[in-house]
Amino acid sequence: MESCNCVEPAWPPDDLLMRYQYIADFFIALAYFSIPLELIYFVKKSSIFPYRWVLVQFGVFIVLCGSTHLINLWTYSAHSLAVAVVLTVAKIFTAVVSCATALMLVHIIPDLLSVKTRELFLKKKTAELDREMGLIRTQEETGRHVRMLTLEIRSTLDKDTILTTTLVELGKTLALEECNLWMPTWNGQELQLSHTLRQRTDFGPVTVPIHHTTIKQVFSSNRAVVISHNSPVCISGQRQGEFTIGDVVAVRVPLLHLTNFHLGDWPDTNKRPFALMVLMLPADSARRWHVYELELVEVVADQVAVALSHAAILEESMQARELLMQQNVQLDMARREAEMAICARNDFLAVMNHEMKAPMHAIIALSSLLQETELTPEQRSMVDIVLKSSNLLDTLINDVLDISRLEDGSLELDTNTFKLPQIFIDVRNLVKPIISLKKLQVSLTLAPELPAFVVGDDKRLMQTALNVVGNAIKFTNEGIISIKVCLERLEYPMDPLMLEFRPVQGEQHCYIRVQVQDTGVGVNPHDIPKLFCKFLQSNSTTTRNNCGTGLGLAICKRFVNLMGGHIWVESAGPGKGTLVTFVVKLGLPEHPNELDRQMAMRTDFTGVRVLVTDDNGVNRMVTRGLLMRLGCEVTVVSSGRECLQVISQPGQSFKVLLLDVCMPDMDGYEVTIRIQEKFARHERPLLVALTANTDMATRERCLSLGMDRVILKPISLEKMRMVLTELLEFGTRNENQRRP
Amino acid sequence: MDVAKLLQQHVDLMDDMFKEGLLDEQFNQLQQLQDESNPNFLEEVVSLFFEDSQRILENMTETIGKDPIDYKVIDSQVHQFKGSSSSIGAQRVKNVCVTFRTYCDKEDKKGCQDALEEVGEEYNLIKKKLETMLELEKQIVAIGGTLPFMEGC
Repeated sequence: MESCNCVEPAWPPDDLLMRYQYIADFFIALAYFSIPLELIYFVKKSSIFPYRWVLVQFGVFIVLCGSTHLINLWTYSAHSLAVAVVLTVAKIFTAVVSCATALMLVHIIPDLLSVKTRELFLKKKTAELDREMGLIRTQEETGRHVRMLTLEIRSTLDKDTILTTTLVELGKTLALEECNLWMPTWNGQELQLSHTLRQRTDFGPVTVPIHHTTIKQVFSSNRAVVISHNSPVCISGQRQGEFTIGDVVAVRVPLLHLTNFHLGDWPDTNKRPFALMVLMLPADSARRWHVYELELVEVVADQVAVALSHAAILEESMQARELLMQQNVQLDMARREAEMAICARNDFLAVMNHEMKAPMHAIIALSSLLQETELTPEQRSMVDIVLKSSNLLDTLINDVLDISRLEDGSLELDTNTFKLPQIFIDVRNLVKPIISLKKLQVSLTLAPELPAFVVGDDKRLMQTALNVVGNAIKFTNEGIISIKVCLERLEYPMDPLMLEFRPVQGEQHCYIRVQVQDTGVGVNPHDIPKLFCKFLQSNSTTTRNNCGTGLGLAICKRFVNLMGGHIWVESAGPGKGTLVTFVVKLGLPEHPNELDRQMAMRTDFTGVRVLVTDDNGVNRMVTRGLLMRLGCEVTVVSSGRECLQVISQPGQSFKVLLLDVCMPDMDGYEVTIRIQEKFARHERPLLVALTANTDMATRERCLSLGMDRVILKPISLEKMRMVLTELLEFGTRNENQRRP
Repeated sequence: MDVAKLLQQHVDLMDDMFKEGLLDEQFNQLQQLQDESNPNFLEEVVSLFFEDSQRILENMTETIGKDPIDYKVIDSQVHQFKGSSSSIGAQRVKNVCVTFRTYCDKEDKKGCQDALEEVGEEYNLIKKKLETMLELEKQIVAIGGTLPFMEGC
């Protein structure tokens, strides 16, 4: 044998076992070479594979294994040493790599396994999310349906449309078989089928008593309740069998404020009436009511309730509007009529005012003139009657005009600032002629606390006072008429018939009480309420002689009322005199000090010519001294006669006369009378009485004779100054109660 | 005499008269009426008062002396006296006159006589004092002083 560097295999190559091993190795090598090829191919195909380098390692390992087995093929026969060496090297490399791979796989495999679990987890999650998505989508769908439904329902204010639309839309959304709507009837004892989705109510009104258990159950909760499909409230068209309808749900619809469906007393404790909505699923689908569908139904029921109430309210408001428009029209007509009436009245008044008064005045004036001419007694008596009648008519016209203006409230009181006491003094003066003619006496008492200046309607106050006093005089034939004016006090007796009239004095106003007491024919207590009625007069003979319009007291009453006061009459009975009291409210001037300041003392009376008449020498001298101090031009005389003499001289223009009342021979009173006879009121000097007498009688007498002032002796400089200031500022007839 | 001393006497005298009620406010008024344009006013008035009063008193005495007394006359006379005395401010004289008049009203002879006597006394009293006052005033003016009530006029 040649010695070749070849290695002999352990076994002969022709052995069967060797042959099989040879084949096996061949196939192993084939497989081992093709596996990495496959791996590479597929890895190249796939885009993501994180473990490339692992693959490489694995590939190397497999390739080496394959190459080992491949090389092994040569070892079955005799082979050279080189082959054996290559085989050994290959095997060594294979061993190294496979060990390395094995070690590496320890790290890799857990990762790979976890990847798998994560994948499973994600798959599960995805499935869940898909499910939920499906649910949300369904809900959104239904929500959209509800919104559309609501829009539809709310877009109309007609009840029928609302209900029909509801049912239609619900039917569409929930794919219902049938829908029923039951409304409560007139008496509230039954529910009547009012709307359905598909069928037509051919067979009359269907009712169900309200106390049915199912209905009660549904009404007691605001949720949608699943009810049995045998319930009487489920009415569906096909009555072929029981299984036409599937599950049924019913919900209550609260009815707010029905007007069309008139209700009596609602028997339930739950005061609100309800309607019933019944929804039926089709029988052939195995659907059941889902929670979200029930919720949808509840929401819809609420929306329907709201829409219905809106419709009801609209109806009502439209009715109310109709009513208001009608009333408006009527009021407008009434107003126009009233305006026309007022226009007519005003025209009438204007006409009366102008047209009737003018001829009246003509008649009166001419009759008076006629009286002055030469007439036969017959003619004279005729003219007298004409004059009397026309005067009466004139008064009547004026009174009627006044009363008509007072009646409709068009008369407004004037507001002036005036001297209060002066009003009553004037009244007294005005009645003086009648007083003396009827041989009566009048006394005027003005309380010292009366405010000097007040704000009010002086003319109307005087008219009232004059009327009252005039009445007193009219109905008195002998005796005395006393007029008392004072500030009202709470303790004074009020009208027994009107105790609620309680005047309260205030800062800006005061209440004045005027009482006129006469000793005349009196009034029967029965007649007292009638006194203030228009045109009524008592029937006694005395009144028939004293013609009057009968309006006087009525006018007084209205004036007094306008002045915020009250007037009433008291009488003990026929023949026992009458007491008329009236209380009026007058404003107090805001700045009485200003008024005083207006009357600021003059300190200089230069050029004022004064004549002093006093029999007492000392008095004369003192008075003269006073007046000279004030700057007056003084002349003194010592007797009444001298005074008259001096006055009568032409060119003597004395402004003020100071007269001592108690003088021998001719006293101050006589002088006054003589002077008044001689001179007209505006021509004569101002007459001032000087007296030491403090009693009212003297004062009254002086004033009643027409003197302008009464001064008490002894007189101080200041007093003289004040008196002169007042006299010269306000002229004649000033009675200042505050200064004694 | 010294002006100050005279003035002091004047003041004392006036104070006394007012305190005793011989004079009242009215007299002050009269004092005020005396000024530069009327420098002797007070003296004139007082003098006139003396004259008048003298005359009236004589008349009254005469009337009271008669029998029977004419009360109307005496009343008017007393009235006169009352008037002048009140004008001048002779308070006590005036008061007596008032009482006197009541006696006249009652026609009380005894009362009237007593009253007359009293009024005479009062009058004399005030006359004396007023004369002193006037004398003082004359002296003061003669020396060149100014009367107290005329200050500031």
